[in-house]
Formats: sequence, structure tokens, C-alpha cells
Amino acid sequence: MAGPLTVDVVAPDRVLWSGTAERLVAPTVEGEIGLLTGHEPVLSVLRAGTVRVRGGADVDAEFPIASGFVSFDRDVVTVVVEPVAPSEEKAPAAS
Amino acid sequence: MAGQQRVYRQKIKATSSLKKIFRAMELIAASRIGKARLRVEQATPYARAITRSISAVAAHSSVDHPLTTPRTDTGRAAVLVISADRGMAGAYSANVIREAERLRGRLQADGKEIVQFAAGRRAVSYYSFRRRELAGQWTGASDAPDRETARDMARALFARFQASAEDGGVDEIYIVGTRFVSMVTQQAMVLRLLPLEIVEGVEETEEGELEPLYDFEPSPELVLDALLPRYIESRIFSSLLHCAASELASRQRAMNTATSNAEDIIRNYTRLANQARQAEITQEISEIVSGADALAAS
Repeated sequence: MAGPLTVDVVAPDRVLWSGTAERLVAPTVEGEIGLLTGHEPVLSVLRAGTVRVRGGADVDAEFPIASGFVSFDRDVVTVVVEPVAPSEEKAPAAS
Repeated sequence: MAGQQRVYRQKIKATSSLKKIFRAMELIAASRIGKARLRVEQATPYARAITRSISAVAAHSSVDHPLTTPRTDTGRAAVLVISADRGMAGAYSANVIREAERLRGRLQADGKEIVQFAAGRRAVSYYSFRRRELAGQWTGASDAPDRETARDMARALFARFQASAEDGGVDEIYIVGTRFVSMVTQQAMVLRLLPLEIVEGVEETEEGELEPLYDFEPSPELVLDALLPRYIESRIFSSLLHCAASELASRQRAMNTATSNAEDIIRNYTRLANQARQAEITQEISEIVSGADALAAS
């Protein structure tokens, strides 16, 4: 295990989570994918489910998502998500 | 003479109520611009992530996706012009429309037919006044765009691109909007949305490393299929956000200028009114004095 992963979880209108973590589990269309340091570069489409970030500097984080995709390149993980319940997300933005 | 004074007073009154309106609009724009800029900043990571992924797919796989290959069969180009809903923003809308007209000239010189889309009431009224047909229009939320609008636009433009030549399909899609550079600089610009111009290695190849071999799940084609609509939507949304921030910045600047112009006018009219009052008094005195003189002489 080399250094930790650099993880960015971004939604269309903001960054949901950003930091370093040990492991990231995401639901792809072909099944769950677990990403650790040194994984081969991958770009995968996600289905509805939960993205889990483990072993972060702060607490572990989980994001329910409707769809999205994950890209992994040189220990940098970018998860682009479409969060569920957009009506709920909208409310603070509209104020 | 008294009439003169009254006219000046009226003008001062009218101008100061205008000044209040200008000031209020300046403050409204100033208070909204912070939020608009924040939205631009918050949307940027998403747009960047999508762009990076798209260029990764395009660079590391040899897929022949319909969206990445230019088509030339229809001879039409769609142009989406993003302007403001309201005026009072200086040359903001005029700049965008001028840029759009320039693009139109260029495309027509290339023998393309234009399919015009317009967002923002100013652009819509510009085109409808000139009796140009609009293929689609969106109004009402130019200073606070939401994702629904962006999605709607993306869908409309995308449908055009996928349509066959007989159904009004287009070869290219352009967006004419404004880029928010800073509070004082906003730039009208043209952006080609489709076919994609892949800027290879926007943020990749940091230290001359080998390009990584990507693994695409489920397949490069399907990944592109999933990514592209989202990419287009995000480009449109980020353009809209940039335009909103630019509009507010332009409005703030225009209203600031208008307020100080109103102050100038008020100052000038106050001087003129004082002059008129003084002239009136002088006249009255000289009338009294000459009247008294005339009486004393008789």
C-alpha cells in the first residue's frame, strides 16, 4: 500500500467530498467496484446505489447516488455523481 | 422666470427618483453577484471532471462515436445565443448579439444554414423583431439559471444533432455566451459544443509519464454514450452560470455609471435652478427699485 487515494466526489453544482482516503467502493453497472491504491486506470459508468469512501482523514463518507461515473487515474479518483432527490438538493440553492 | 425655476425643480425631482432606482438596482446586482460567482466556482470541478474523462475516452480508445465524428450531410448549424432577460446591463446583451451576428456571417459565408436558438428575452426579442425563426427559446431565468433549463436546452440541441438531415438535423452546435473573467472583464465568446473538439491532455501528462491504459466499463462506446449527454448539459449549464455572473456584473457596473450620471445631472440642474432663482430675485429687486425711482421722480 503506497500513499492514500485522492478522492473528489463532485455533483453538478458543488463538490460533495474532497480529500484523501484508503478505499472507495462504487456501484458500477457491472457490479460493485472497490478501488485501492495502485488500481489500473479505469473509467466506469455508475448505477443507482451508494458510493462509500473509507479510511478518510475524517470520518467515512457515503453518498447515495442516482447515476454518475467514476474515473481512476494515478491514485486520483474522481466520482461524478447525480445525487438522488434533486428536489431536496434544490431547496437551499433556491433561497 | 418663475416657470423656469419650476421646470428645473421638476427635473431634479425626476432625476433623483431615477437615481434611487439605479442605486437600488446596483445594490441588488451587487448582492446577487457573489452568489452567482460562487455557483460558477462550485460547478467548475464537475465540468472539469467530465471534460477530463471525455478526453480520456477519446484519447485512449479508438471508438468511432457519432458524436465525436463531424457530420457534413445537413449543411446546417445550430446557434444558441445566451443573453439577459432584462436590459439595464450596459452593452451586455448587445455584445453577445453582435458576437452571434458575426458567427452567423461566418457560417453563412461557409454556406451553412442557421438554426437559431435563443435564451434570454433580449435575444428573443432581437430575433423576433427581425422576423427570424427561432427553433427554441428560453426566457425568465437569465440571472439565476437552474439545471432544469440547462437540461432542457441540452435535450433540444442534442435532438437536433441526432436528427436526420430531413428532420432538420444540424452539423454543428455553437453557443454564444459571455465568459465571466473577473468583475470588470466579461467577454462575449463563441463555443463550439458539437462535434467535440477534444483538447487532449488538458490536465494529463503531468511529468511526461506514459499515458495510462484505461479500462472502460462496460465498454468505451457505452461510457461515451453515458458521458456525452452529461458533458453537453454541463457545458451548457456552466455557460449559463458564466452568463448569469457576467450579466450581474455588467448590470452592477452600468447602474453604478447611471447613478453617477444622475448625480451629475442633479448637480447641473441645481445650479441652473439656483441661477434662475437668483435671476428672479434680481429682477424683482430691480423692478421695485425702478418703480420707487419712478414714483420719487414724479
